[in-house]
Amino acid sequence: MSGQASVHAGASAYFGQRRSAKSIAFGTWYVTEHRLRTMRAYLSSIVTVSVFNPVIYLFALGVGIGSYIDANSGAQGVEGVRYLIFVGPALLVSAALTTAFEECSYPVMGGFKWTREFWAMNAAPINGRQVVNGILLATGFRIVFTVSVFWCCLAAFGASPSGYGILAIPAAILSGLAFGTVIMAVASRLEEDDGWFPIINRLIITPMFLFSGTFFPLDQLPIWLRWLGWISPPLARHAIGTRSRVRYVGTALA
Amino acid sequence: MRQIYAGRPHTVVLRALYALKTSAWFIVVSGFFEPVFYLLAFGLGLGTLVGSVTGPLGQPVSYAAFIAPALLATSAMNGAIYDSTWNVFFKMRFARLYEGMIATSLGTLDIALGEIMYALLRGLVYALAFMAVMLSLGLVPSVWGILAVPAALLIAFGFSACGMALTSYMTTFQQMDWINFFMLPMFLFSATFYPITVYPEYIRWIIKLFPLWHGIELIRGLTLGQFDVSILWHVLYFVVMIAVGLIATTRRLTNLFMK
Amino acid sequence: MEKPIDIVIHARGLTKDFGQLRAVDSVDFEVRKGEAFGLLGPNGAGKSTTMRMIASVSKRTGGELSILGLDPNEYGPDIRGHLGVVPQQDNLDLEIKVRENLIVYGRYFGLPMKFLRPKADELIEFVQLTEKAKAKVDTLSGGMKRRLTIARALINEPDILLLDEPTTGLDPQARHVLWDRLFRLKESGVTLVITTHYMDEAEQLCDRLIVMDKGRIMAAGTPASLIQEFSSREVVELRFGSDKNARLAEQLRGFGERIEVLPDRILIYTDTGEEDLARIVERGLRPVTSLVRRSSLEDVFLRLTGRSLIE
Repeated sequence: MSGQASVHAGASAYFGQRRSAKSIAFGTWYVTEHRLRTMRAYLSSIVTVSVFNPVIYLFALGVGIGSYIDANSGAQGVEGVRYLIFVGPALLVSAALTTAFEECSYPVMGGFKWTREFWAMNAAPINGRQVVNGILLATGFRIVFTVSVFWCCLAAFGASPSGYGILAIPAAILSGLAFGTVIMAVASRLEEDDGWFPIINRLIITPMFLFSGTFFPLDQLPIWLRWLGWISPPLARHAIGTRSRVRYVGTALA
Repeated sequence: MRQIYAGRPHTVVLRALYALKTSAWFIVVSGFFEPVFYLLAFGLGLGTLVGSVTGPLGQPVSYAAFIAPALLATSAMNGAIYDSTWNVFFKMRFARLYEGMIATSLGTLDIALGEIMYALLRGLVYALAFMAVMLSLGLVPSVWGILAVPAALLIAFGFSACGMALTSYMTTFQQMDWINFFMLPMFLFSATFYPITVYPEYIRWIIKLFPLWHGIELIRGLTLGQFDVSILWHVLYFVVMIAVGLIATTRRLTNLFMK
Repeated sequence: MEKPIDIVIHARGLTKDFGQLRAVDSVDFEVRKGEAFGLLGPNGAGKSTTMRMIASVSKRTGGELSILGLDPNEYGPDIRGHLGVVPQQDNLDLEIKVRENLIVYGRYFGLPMKFLRPKADELIEFVQLTEKAKAKVDTLSGGMKRRLTIARALINEPDILLLDEPTTGLDPQARHVLWDRLFRLKESGVTLVITTHYMDEAEQLCDRLIVMDKGRIMAAGTPASLIQEFSSREVVELRFGSDKNARLAEQLRGFGERIEVLPDRILIYTDTGEEDLARIVERGLRPVTSLVRRSSLEDVFLRLTGRSLIE
């Protein structure tokens, strides 16, 4: 019995008056720490994709299609700029949304259903709000990394002509987190993996990606298709609209 | 041969159809929309910015008619890869489904062929639906275009066979990510959105090694009326993919489950 | 190669290597038609590997093996058509329903629907899952899943049913339900081959068994004959507390035929358990707990290998 007692004495030295005090104060951070540790397992693919995706998207769409579009649209460009500069910031916001989706969809559902780690967290003195905030914070870290890398690629391609273009980064982070919260709300309510995430991907994220003025100004669409742009979630239009404003400010001051 | 093939791949298809019955219909239907969204956005939206591009016979074609066959080929690839990688990975490593099949008198080739046949069945439905959209938008000027549907199946067969072979060697989800990692640049660079003539000579040769480039050229040739000997080469490319994929998958499954 | 007709499985010098590791080392055994044959041993003894060779999904490295008179290396699929397999871990199809699991599985054997529909219903009734016939598999309890796996293995009316650790992970009640179904199968003439590391399961179910350890056969016979040969009639189990067992064992010398000192208890093998225990207490030794019981296959295994079955 003496062995048992000494174990207690050891841990007690680190606790305050109440054993939940530290969890109440720092619970969110403990959850974030847990998520970041999990991410470390696939760190190599996070880093590679973060660098690789902007490079190939900017190259294929900005430079490849861009060469056709710029030749076709002549001096006035698309909304007054080269196509690469038009599409670049939109792709950056999209990358933030995609990252948010990855972190807030399957991992959140899995935390309830597969790994059941949320139940474990709740069995320790960490409450539900801390779990949500912790995951969101961890997602935020990943988005910061992804969009920063993306912005560097934009700069390297010459797609961010003014220093104010860097404001695209906080705009993308905000958009990503807002979107992540919505996905998390859905994920936490799913009881079964019935394929809802592929549905969200195909019927919400893809149209949002394609019809929110990302690749072309919405008025380029035939009138009978513009509704697709109008119904695509306001969040996305605002997000991608924000980058337009960032771009305008950027070009205006340039 | 008797050790690996009982002549009953259709029973594996039957199993898949029973499984399909329990999955929600709107999920299956939603698979049709993705290429259509791309076609509308890029063909009609972006198309006005691009103007017309040069078709395979040197004729000017609308941007929508240029990318539509590429999107058909890409969706055949995506469907095939999804079914033969994620689905197969799950059945192999988590559900232990193949282990149960092997315990019966089925062979490993029955399993590989059955899974692929089912993926092709789904692919056929999607290809027909997409073809209907293409026709209704007037994007198939050539009568040979009707062959685009069997061509899409050939492409799907090639990707399924190779996808399944690769998947059988994977042990973790992280490794599965590398497949997407390879698919995205292939989608973006294989003359999907613009002719590869924008690239310097040596990059063009690299692109011509990619299977998707052959798929896109094959279908584009058919829908835009370039029906010549080059088609044979593209077909041959996929026949080789099918053969190599099937042999590799069967060998690997045999080694895994019958060691 | 002339063999009596009632030998359904025949192994001579059967060996299996995985690279450098010899998983099964030259084992000889025969299984007779209609009997329940057990492979008893701890994890890693080579039971499952032996089972996989019998199931004709694993090629032997050496020796002879014949199942229903056929060589599995040559006639794998043909032999598998005569077998029912209940694997260690359930591999039911979670994407389809209970009854469909049986029908689809039957199709793999090439059986027609008009045979499979009534057969599936009959088997579902046999394993007492009638209410669950249209349910999804993941709504079933562990014991129900196990029973469904057994029903699935019977869909092709097999001559031999192979069961790899059939009751591992089940609660006591579910085990008894399962044993009852297996008894009925045996009564109806199906040959059972069972691997287990539970001695009570082997004693309950098996007519004859082999005890395996490290790829070799340590002993073979009926449960009763093995106990008679390798153990005493009774066992006295004494617990003095983790740090005292070894020291007190010294003072017990002279009791019974043999004494085993395990980390958590001392076993005294004797034919007169109650009397020995009384005399131990008279000597002033005060065990925390004590127990007199009959010898079991666990004791046979301990005697043969110096180790427990469940570690």
